[in-house]
Amino acid sequence: MLIYIVKRLLTAIPTLLLISLLVFFIIELPPGDYFENYIAELQAMGETVDPHKIAYLKAEYGFDQPMIVRYLNWVGGMLHGDFGYSFEYELPVTDVVGNRLFLTIFVSLVTIIFTWLIAFPIGIYSATHQYSWGDYGLTFLGLLGLATPNFLLALILMYLANIWFGTSIGHLMDAQYLDQPMSWAKFRSISEHMVIPVIVIGTAGTAGMIRRLRANLLDELHKQYVITARAKGVPPFRALVKYPLRMSLNFFIADIGSILPAVISGAEVVAIVLSLETTGPLLIRALQSQDMYLAGSFLMFLAALTVAGVLISDIALAILDPRIRLSGGVRR
Amino acid sequence: MSIGERERDAAAARRAAQARDLLRLEDLHINIRLQRGSIDVLKGVSFRIPAGKTVALVGESGSGKTIAAQAILGILPNVAKITRGRILFRPPDMDGGEFDHAAEPSDGPYMRAMRGGAISMIFQEPMTSLSPLHRVGHQVQEALTLHRASSGREAYEVTVDMLRMVGFPDPKKAYAMYPIELSGGMRQRAMIAMAAICHPALLIADEPTTALDVTIQAQVLALLKDLQEHLSMSLLLITHDFGIVANMADEIVVLYHGEVMEAGNREDIFRRTGHAYTKALMRAVPSLDLQPGERLRGLWEIDRPVPDMMKRRAEARPRPAGPILRVEGLTKTFNVRGKTLFSKAGKPFTAVDDVSFDIRPGECFGIVGESGSGKTTLSKLILRALDPDRGAILFDDGEGLRDVVEFDSKELFDYRKRAQMVFQDPFGSLNPRATVLNILTEPLEIHEACRGAQARQIAEELVRLVGLQPTSLNRFPHSFSGGQRQRIGIARALALSPSILVCDEPVSALDVSVQAQILNLLKKLQAELKLTSIFISHNLAVIKYMADRIAVMRRGRIVELATAAELFCNPSHPYTRQLLEAVPHADLDHPLPFDHFDFKRGEAVPDLELGWDSMFRTPGEGSDRLALRPISDSHFVLTRQSAELRSLAS
Repeated sequence: MLIYIVKRLLTAIPTLLLISLLVFFIIELPPGDYFENYIAELQAMGETVDPHKIAYLKAEYGFDQPMIVRYLNWVGGMLHGDFGYSFEYELPVTDVVGNRLFLTIFVSLVTIIFTWLIAFPIGIYSATHQYSWGDYGLTFLGLLGLATPNFLLALILMYLANIWFGTSIGHLMDAQYLDQPMSWAKFRSISEHMVIPVIVIGTAGTAGMIRRLRANLLDELHKQYVITARAKGVPPFRALVKYPLRMSLNFFIADIGSILPAVISGAEVVAIVLSLETTGPLLIRALQSQDMYLAGSFLMFLAALTVAGVLISDIALAILDPRIRLSGGVRR
Repeated sequence: MSIGERERDAAAARRAAQARDLLRLEDLHINIRLQRGSIDVLKGVSFRIPAGKTVALVGESGSGKTIAAQAILGILPNVAKITRGRILFRPPDMDGGEFDHAAEPSDGPYMRAMRGGAISMIFQEPMTSLSPLHRVGHQVQEALTLHRASSGREAYEVTVDMLRMVGFPDPKKAYAMYPIELSGGMRQRAMIAMAAICHPALLIADEPTTALDVTIQAQVLALLKDLQEHLSMSLLLITHDFGIVANMADEIVVLYHGEVMEAGNREDIFRRTGHAYTKALMRAVPSLDLQPGERLRGLWEIDRPVPDMMKRRAEARPRPAGPILRVEGLTKTFNVRGKTLFSKAGKPFTAVDDVSFDIRPGECFGIVGESGSGKTTLSKLILRALDPDRGAILFDDGEGLRDVVEFDSKELFDYRKRAQMVFQDPFGSLNPRATVLNILTEPLEIHEACRGAQARQIAEELVRLVGLQPTSLNRFPHSFSGGQRQRIGIARALALSPSILVCDEPVSALDVSVQAQILNLLKKLQAELKLTSIFISHNLAVIKYMADRIAVMRRGRIVELATAAELFCNPSHPYTRQLLEAVPHADLDHPLPFDHFDFKRGEAVPDLELGWDSMFRTPGEGSDRLALRPISDSHFVLTRQSAELRSLAS
């Protein structure tokens, strides 16, 4: 088992390298670079540009060097925590992203837990009461949740909150706590502001998960081994949780790989609408202005999350399901 | 009252208790709710199960056998409801009180205590009836801890003992294994252990051996008999096989469409069969006692004349003078698992090992063997769905024998037209999104034989030929039953009027009532279209009914090759004899020799060959190799090359 995990970790390295190559290539694809954009912008506003300053900056950041060298510099830097320099903010990328990254991960985690808490009981209920009014009602709600665009839901909730409570629910915390160190009051403020974004971001995921859990559980409920369990006298609820539910968890674990990046990138549009202090809006702005190191680091971050998620789900699957473990030749 | 008198009274009371019935079904009606309306699946069924006896519940699928068992256990599906009648059970540890299972709440404490405690059940499909995620020992032990207050250590000991009792050679190791690590037969043993661990008064076995090979079946039946004796339990045996019934049952209940057709003890049913349905059911199952030339009579027959056009096309096919197919030294090895980043390469497994035979035009060549014997791999090699490691497959299309292995893609494409296949699984082998018309005309289009109206006409002929209405051309496979789908599969295989038809277990997935129908259809097509066919089956009776010559396969090798008559009159290889011995006969005077099937031995015995004469045993390194050697013109046996064969000739 340990060998399996180590080998699995080792295979993640070439994957990440390949992704970094792709990310770099894609960022370099559009013609021009940040400085050309910058010059064009300044000239559009009728200002003059000092060509010496630009040439100096270009040399400073290695823009005159061939692509391969710039790539190696970028990847090499990332290895020891140097993610480059954001031109737009004129700060190192780590400083721009740092705080927001923490908030992003926090919002995402809470959203995922929210999704699970809601989706599990409903999915189990729907599957065990298939074609009942309860099942139809919940299915209808779930489809509504799946079909409503996140940003629209965000706008509606914002509007309603304004009408009913007279509060603005934008941002992740009250303005006075911005850029302040973490404190109890700040944490409470964040928690209060978190409710709406979590609901908005989590709705579609919850609805999707209910559908999948219901379908998977329905497949398992009629399997022979469930009847075996009942025939030996296992009480109904225990027979449900111990056998078919456990089986239908496989999809769920396999899902971790995609759920992390999906939640984080799905949150971006919502984050703009609700003006949250997460990384989403930053990424979109960085892509627009070709702030390449910032954008590149972001994309690498998302990719790393995906790889980590898949890794976690693979290892968890191997631990939980003997069929994968044994036919994968891991043990024995 | 003297002590002697008291003892006598006690003995009399005990006898009276034994004579009483353990379970009685009285006028049981069960109704199943459908999307539109409802259907009565049991219409007033009554029978009894005496204590310590075996009752066989016999009928084809849909007769209500399984639903009756589910009602006894209180595990009816939600859509099923008991509308009338009683299920009276007398639990042994409740001082002779009777309980009506039809009235008890199915998840109440009483029913939960009965399920697995006093009544337990084993199922047909050992592959799916155990949870793949939990250890075998854990699943067996769960039944014990639910019903008997026993601590962890003690429960473990009891479980290990039980596993040993059902024939696991190393029960401690088996305890920690997962179901995927076990073969079907061993899984069924684990199920039996789980069912028997609480020493139930009644064991319900729902087709317990239908999915097993014939020798394993004999072992499992022997095990059930042994357990019944040791635990003095009653057995409700649900089956369609009168061979098993004759060997196991004390009393027999024949069920048809939810009604009891006939019931009685074994003597009455077998020697004085009363009801026409019972007779028909006995005849519909192929048996080894069938005389050559005797026709199997299905419960429902289809008999359509073969259209002249198809006969003409068959006539037009070139017919070689010599063998149409010759297989020489065919060998195929599988790497159990290739070497990957995560695992070392497994030990290679020889699925087909130096196999040679000839097939003459117009004959039906049977291949029989247990699971894992390589018979399906062999058929795939012949069709070039797999490439052999060594050996030649010579095919004669009227231009002399040519090696199929050497064919280029163009020649192979033509060969596909000449050799077609009928598959085992009628559900998986038809595209669910294509209409029957598409399914039947697709081969014609691929091979550019014809298209449009002409193709449609051929498709119509084909469905008529297999006994379906031309209107079924516009329907999708899901609207047909298993037997009907298998007929569509046969029609598709015939669309290109092939020279060779390979049938891989074409009836093993079908219900007994339609098996005879499909076999008779294949037999007729073979005769009238002069088809050459290769018929693969694990069922000796089916092979005997269908094939002209038969090859018996074991571990990738042909151990015996003979005409059907010679093979069954003079089985010469010990393995063939073993197989034949394990087939249960529907004849009270011909019981299975249960003591020959040592279930304690398990099946993973490497030295099965130990009991054989030395001339049949696999020789060690360096000595002479086994070879298929003739004992008459048409009878070959796998022996050592030095062995004297005269003793084997009949």
